[in-house]
Amino acid sequence: MASTTTSHRPAPSAPTDMPGRRRSGRRRDDVAGYLFLTPWLLGIVLIVGGPVLASLYLSFTDYSILGVPRLSGLDNYVRMLTDDPRFWTSLGVTLTYLFVSVPLVVVFALLLALVLDRGVRGLPLYRAVFYLPSLIGGSVAIAILWRSVFGGDGLFNAGLGLVGIDTDFSWIGTPDSALGTLIVLNVWQFGAPMLIFLAGLRQVPPELQEAARIDGAGAVRRFLSVTLPILSPIIFFNVLMSTVNAFQAFNTAYIVSNGTGGPANSTLFFTLYLYQRGFTNFEMGYASALGWALLLVAAGVTALLFLASRRFVFYGDR
Amino acid sequence: MTTLRRPEFLRHLLLIAMASVMFYPLAWMIGASFRDDSRINDSGLFPGADFTWDGYAEGWAGLGGVGFGQFILNSLLVSIACVVANVVACSVTAYAFARIEFRGRKVLFAVMIGTLLLPHHVILIPQYLMFREFGWVNTYLPFIVPKLLATDAFFIFLLVQFFRVLPRELDEAARIDGCGHFQIFWRILLPLATPALATTAIFTFIYSWNDFFTPLIYLTDTEMYTVPLALRGFIDANAESAFGALFAMSVLSLLPVLGIFIAFQRLLVNGIATTGLRG
Repeated sequence: MASTTTSHRPAPSAPTDMPGRRRSGRRRDDVAGYLFLTPWLLGIVLIVGGPVLASLYLSFTDYSILGVPRLSGLDNYVRMLTDDPRFWTSLGVTLTYLFVSVPLVVVFALLLALVLDRGVRGLPLYRAVFYLPSLIGGSVAIAILWRSVFGGDGLFNAGLGLVGIDTDFSWIGTPDSALGTLIVLNVWQFGAPMLIFLAGLRQVPPELQEAARIDGAGAVRRFLSVTLPILSPIIFFNVLMSTVNAFQAFNTAYIVSNGTGGPANSTLFFTLYLYQRGFTNFEMGYASALGWALLLVAAGVTALLFLASRRFVFYGDR
Repeated sequence: MTTLRRPEFLRHLLLIAMASVMFYPLAWMIGASFRDDSRINDSGLFPGADFTWDGYAEGWAGLGGVGFGQFILNSLLVSIACVVANVVACSVTAYAFARIEFRGRKVLFAVMIGTLLLPHHVILIPQYLMFREFGWVNTYLPFIVPKLLATDAFFIFLLVQFFRVLPRELDEAARIDGCGHFQIFWRILLPLATPALATTAIFTFIYSWNDFFTPLIYLTDTEMYTVPLALRGFIDANAESAFGALFAMSVLSLLPVLGIFIAFQRLLVNGIATTGLRG
């Protein structure tokens, strides 16, 4: 294994060693390193890397699970782009979900972190309470709850009734609003990024805030010119992680729509569509092509985020 | 101080109002799980005169002749096995990345970080075909083996971060005393890393307990179902009629996570804050 890697690190930092002993110590480190890494190396080859390549290969085949894969060139991709409206629908659903819910989650998390930051009494309790939805939000139980809350005679309409709006509109059963309920569920889980913001806010040096105050900067100005730049790497991190999560969302859409992505494909997340092609229709070749399409779209969005971060993210050590 | 009081009060009011709106649905579901099916959509919190255990009795009877207790046992078995596998594999891997100066470390570390961003669905189909070939469909091996092979990069990252801040002098001293890497790892670093290991264990348990996708794909026999898959089964079997049972078992399925949350919230909150792990 060791011989397959070519990168050389700089000379070790223990300067008192004799050259001969250093070399044997290094070899011992190589052996120990790869010994400790054995499980991970097996995993990266067999469970991750191998399947990534295998799915690339399968994406160029026609493969119903019972037969053998038959090479079909670009057929799957051509079909996807020109002859499969549900591909475009599901891509649209996932991107809408992502572009609406990620900013909402991040802004919400940041606002709450700011409210909690200035030494509120009972901070540990608030922190814990707001974090709890992040732990349970992806579970089937909460998806079941959401189905009921946003149904025609559900809790949400009862709440609207309290403010004088009487309706039995089924938010989850109507194409225009079904995705919205899933976005609400995602925003409900703002606690994890909020905790990351809270940790980041503790790194904002009070001297800087104080200096800005003495220079006559108001609270808004101080936030925009001091806090925000210092926090920008953490904002970027939260946007990135929320984006990765949004691309992989599946459970709630599946439970809320009974696996159909309905009503009228309005909750057909890309992952759900891939699941249907692979495990309902057993079109393993086409599902693999969908997987690669997801990888490419996700890589594209991530690349755009990194590009944007060069402009907007401020690293203090630069 | 007196001038601070009013905004301080308003801030608490705002926070409490938000928390109440956020948690009303959850509290309501607990109440509703004790209601009769016909009154399940009452919006009040407390079942009052409608109180009944019927939902729990009906739900506990389970699905297709398999009791709900069996699903809980299955979930516990899978989750605990995943915890053990993940803690062992991730800590060994993290030690290598954090403490051993082997050639190729930087490249491999970058690869490991890269897998954090990889959408899992890309590898889904070949992985399924492979595990199916191995005869692992309807077993728990597709849950456990990937953990044993350290594919959970988040926790490797968490442990690397933790190992890195432990003083290097510890390793040096142990080396002078004649310890090899394995002894340094086992006798010195692991005992010091208990908080990080506990964080890994707790998060792994919660993720595995909530996991719906893996059982959906790999488990076919009802006797093998884990709790989330059984809940899905309830929806299919009862359509709109037996909400009481569905709610009751949903509440039951949340209890272990709520219990862990209450017992270990400090550890969880710190784990998130230091590494950016999500729920």
